[in-house]
Amino acid sequence: MSTIYIDNKTYEVKQGKNLLEACLGLGIDVPYFCWHPALGSVGACRQCAVKVFKDENDTHGKLMMSCMENIKEGLRVSVADKTAQAFRSQVIEWLMTNHPHDCPVCDEGGSCHLQDMTVMTGHDYRRYHFKKRTYTNQYLGPFIHHEMNRCIQCYRCVRYYHDYAGGKDLNVFAAHNHVYFGREWDGVLQSPFSGNLAEVCPTGVFTDKTLREHYTRKWDLTTAPSVCQHCSVGCNTIAGERYEKVRCITNRFNSQINGYFLCDRGRFGYEFVNSANRITQPLVRHQAVEAVDEATLMGHMRKLLSGQTLIGIGSPRASVESNTALMQLVGRENFYQGISDNVGFIERRIVEVMQTGAVQPASLQDIQQSDAILVLGEDIWNTAPVMALSVRQSVLKTAAHQALEHNEGIPMWHDAAIHELVQHEKGFLANCTISASPLDEISTCVLRHAPDDLARLGFAIAHQLNGWLPRVLVDEDTLAYIIDIAVFLQQAKRPVIISGTSCYNEALIRAAFDIAVACKATGNEVRLAYVMPECNSMGLAMMQAPSFESAVLRTTREKNITAIVLENDLYRNVPALVADLFFNSVEHCIVLDSLNNPTTQQADILIPAATFAEGDGTLVNYEGRAQRFFQVFMPGHTTLRESWKWLLKMKAVRAGDTNNGVYHPEDVLAQAEQLLPQFAGISDSAPHHDFRINGQALPREPHRYSGRTAMLSNLAVSEPKPKQDDDSPFSFTMEGYPGMPPSPLIPFFWSPGWNSIQAVNKYQQEPGGALKNEQAGKLLFAYIPDAKPGYFKDIPEAFVVRNNKWLLFPQYHLFGSEELSAYAEGVRELSPEPYVALSANDAAQLGLGHGQTVTVKVFEQAYDLQVQIDSSLPNGLVLIPAGLQNMPVMNWNGYVSLIKGSGKP
Amino acid sequence: MLSHIRTMWLVFLHLFRKKETIEYPEEKVDLHPRYRGRIVLTKDPDGGERCVGCYLCAVACPVDCIALQATEDEYGRRYPDFFRINFSRCIFCGFCEDACPTYAIQLIPDFEMAEYNRQNLVFEKEDLLIDSQGKYPGYNFYRVAGLEAGVKKKGEGVNEEAPVDVHSLLP
Repeated sequence: MSTIYIDNKTYEVKQGKNLLEACLGLGIDVPYFCWHPALGSVGACRQCAVKVFKDENDTHGKLMMSCMENIKEGLRVSVADKTAQAFRSQVIEWLMTNHPHDCPVCDEGGSCHLQDMTVMTGHDYRRYHFKKRTYTNQYLGPFIHHEMNRCIQCYRCVRYYHDYAGGKDLNVFAAHNHVYFGREWDGVLQSPFSGNLAEVCPTGVFTDKTLREHYTRKWDLTTAPSVCQHCSVGCNTIAGERYEKVRCITNRFNSQINGYFLCDRGRFGYEFVNSANRITQPLVRHQAVEAVDEATLMGHMRKLLSGQTLIGIGSPRASVESNTALMQLVGRENFYQGISDNVGFIERRIVEVMQTGAVQPASLQDIQQSDAILVLGEDIWNTAPVMALSVRQSVLKTAAHQALEHNEGIPMWHDAAIHELVQHEKGFLANCTISASPLDEISTCVLRHAPDDLARLGFAIAHQLNGWLPRVLVDEDTLAYIIDIAVFLQQAKRPVIISGTSCYNEALIRAAFDIAVACKATGNEVRLAYVMPECNSMGLAMMQAPSFESAVLRTTREKNITAIVLENDLYRNVPALVADLFFNSVEHCIVLDSLNNPTTQQADILIPAATFAEGDGTLVNYEGRAQRFFQVFMPGHTTLRESWKWLLKMKAVRAGDTNNGVYHPEDVLAQAEQLLPQFAGISDSAPHHDFRINGQALPREPHRYSGRTAMLSNLAVSEPKPKQDDDSPFSFTMEGYPGMPPSPLIPFFWSPGWNSIQAVNKYQQEPGGALKNEQAGKLLFAYIPDAKPGYFKDIPEAFVVRNNKWLLFPQYHLFGSEELSAYAEGVRELSPEPYVALSANDAAQLGLGHGQTVTVKVFEQAYDLQVQIDSSLPNGLVLIPAGLQNMPVMNWNGYVSLIKGSGKP
Repeated sequence: MLSHIRTMWLVFLHLFRKKETIEYPEEKVDLHPRYRGRIVLTKDPDGGERCVGCYLCAVACPVDCIALQATEDEYGRRYPDFFRINFSRCIFCGFCEDACPTYAIQLIPDFEMAEYNRQNLVFEKEDLLIDSQGKYPGYNFYRVAGLEAGVKKKGEGVNEEAPVDVHSLLP
């Protein structure tokens, strides 16, 4: 801590920070543009000028940019100094000389950093009467809108997109006062993190194009803290609604998980909620009028639920509450995971090794701060995108730390200096996967093998780290790499091992665990991450129920079974043959889901389920962190409600209980704790529904929410009573506690004078640091420092290329492989066409060229697919994109044959 | 007693004064052009809707009686998809007119809005839009706003330079 004097007041501030961060942390407003907590300082915009004095006798002082000034003991500065104020207001006046007069039609208006800073500096009237500079715009794809006139040349976009996220196609062009931020030519932004430009840009140059389709100002949104539903990372988001449509997703800062940035799938995938494909009314099939009201539905239900054996099929994308309610309804022995056996087996292993508590799970924050990362067999770029972004930060930060070891005078926040110093040095990242990944270019060590060979590689690394473990025979070249990786992991202070389920290989899970335990034995603080397939895969896996195939087996043997399928398109998880068999052998089938899909077509009774926006629930992310997402709005259809509420109602109907009790999410979670002790503590993952501050609920709407007395007046001129939320501490109005809510209950970031998302500064302990009193969910895997887990010692056989048989693996795509986001128009536009990827050698042997058609035989079914030659792919493997809409489930990790030439029209 | 007589005398004198009341509705009241009465949405000189759906009137409204939804045509021009004023709540404060950056929403000297049924006081865009520029003739927001929305090309607006040639390095 150092003592500094700001305007003759004494403050204690942390060392290693710059003056701007220190001022903002102390609550002193200094305007800024180019500085960003995640990007550091470059001193480009000249907006944050303050007066710095030599000593207490210095009355003159000099103007300095506070973002470029290191904290020194006894530093004397003045923010309120007249010259400094005049300088700042002049700078903004210059920046505004070319800024267009289009705030009314600018999507940034009302959440604009430039507006906030202009007001803060007091520049109010334009004195420049000459012509304004104009630019032509570019088409940047379905997500980002470009309006270059509004640019103030702060360079944040390029520093984020190019330096931070590693994108190559957005840069700065031209010279002097003509600089242009864009692409070389029109086209879709290639980085899957491009959506963050809308938040990084302090003006409206880059704005959210999906919001533009149904534009609403920030002050008019009903918002609630939410959790992303599109992968297992569980990034914190804020979802905004108006007129019963979700309007946008913005980032909800959380120092443990996503920090400041989201991926485009998470940011723009929300549109499935507004999809025309939504199920809004209960249907009872096989009768003249299928759509029914609740009373009729319950009448039918009474018949179906009594006197039958009920089995429940859980879902990896339904909340813990819903899965628990289903388990309670059908009984523990009748509950099955709605996933295939081969995935279920791998997930069971992951839960088992995490529950040993021997190795700490790696949060994204841990990944960012690690100094050596080994990715073993997981394509994290496509299966957990924000994790890949964190891995990139680790590589950059480690390089910076290494460079600074020999150059002590340079502070860590000095972005430009560090760039010069680091040049092309990188921290350690070993990316061992099946095929090429954008992470390869920042990897120290890139290895391409079949999953079994990757697992062997992992066991070989474990052997290098701990000689007691069995030796694995590998070739000379690979051995050199293995020794290299082992040395780096051993030297690292905080290594992270990342693996996951996407290779359908359980040996990889064991190998990653062995490496982590071996690293821990050498005294490192090692962390381990397993990427899961879906947002609540970990929560479902922790319930330790049998897989779907067991349910199918049972239905073929027993009669009079009614199946309840919870938010799960089984045709995406198991081959159509198996799913058909299941639906044919059950007596009745009740399906709860939010979108129509092949499974809902098979339902005898179809019940509309709420999505994340219309309901409450808890998800368990890949590290076992239980996080609550809150209802954003109450849908107009009264029959559209959370699955767990329907299931509890069904339970009451089945028991003949007419007065069904009221349950809140935490009550269901408490029951989960009772039923399954591994969920201990999950009911405290968020404040309970009766949480109040000074007796007040928390408003979902900002205090300047407009249109209350006109929004619904076309229907009836008398305003209806505001909707009541009994399940959370939030109200559906703007009335309530006006102060800062506790960290899991932040519905929007706003502070007086700070209307843009940069207001997050005010919610943090220090700029870029954790939120005040941050509670980032509840970790369900306890770390036991002195746990003595056994190593796994059975090593798989090496992969051998077979004649005329290819081992099939899924290629995940950031856009298209995830079920729900694929209903968003932009995501669908960017998702690939089906193809089959082959190694160059295999393609040459078959005489196939890029773009030719080949017939792939899977499960006795033939598919004609276009060939893509992937030079990074090992021989004997083929990849087919996974999870695309209208693509059936394939025989992943099984052998398929390729037939050339047939199937031509 | 004297005061009573005086009062009666004064009242009597009023018989010869000019009348303050008028024979409404046969005779119409003469209002100042800046009188804050009926709210209308005006059109720009080119006949396009002036409202760009910026929501500033809605947020300025102290009784929150304005609701709208912005949308965009194929040229990128913003306009309200619907625009609703609940006149049964309106207090005719004129803040919406003050807030409007495009002179679209204007209060005019007309107050004859009484209805028997309160529901009829909910006005939609069709009821509000008039075929006139109202009090501020000659102003077209899209000619001065910089962005291109089918009204003018980039660089052809008021006080605008031609678009920058990114490939040029000349000073």
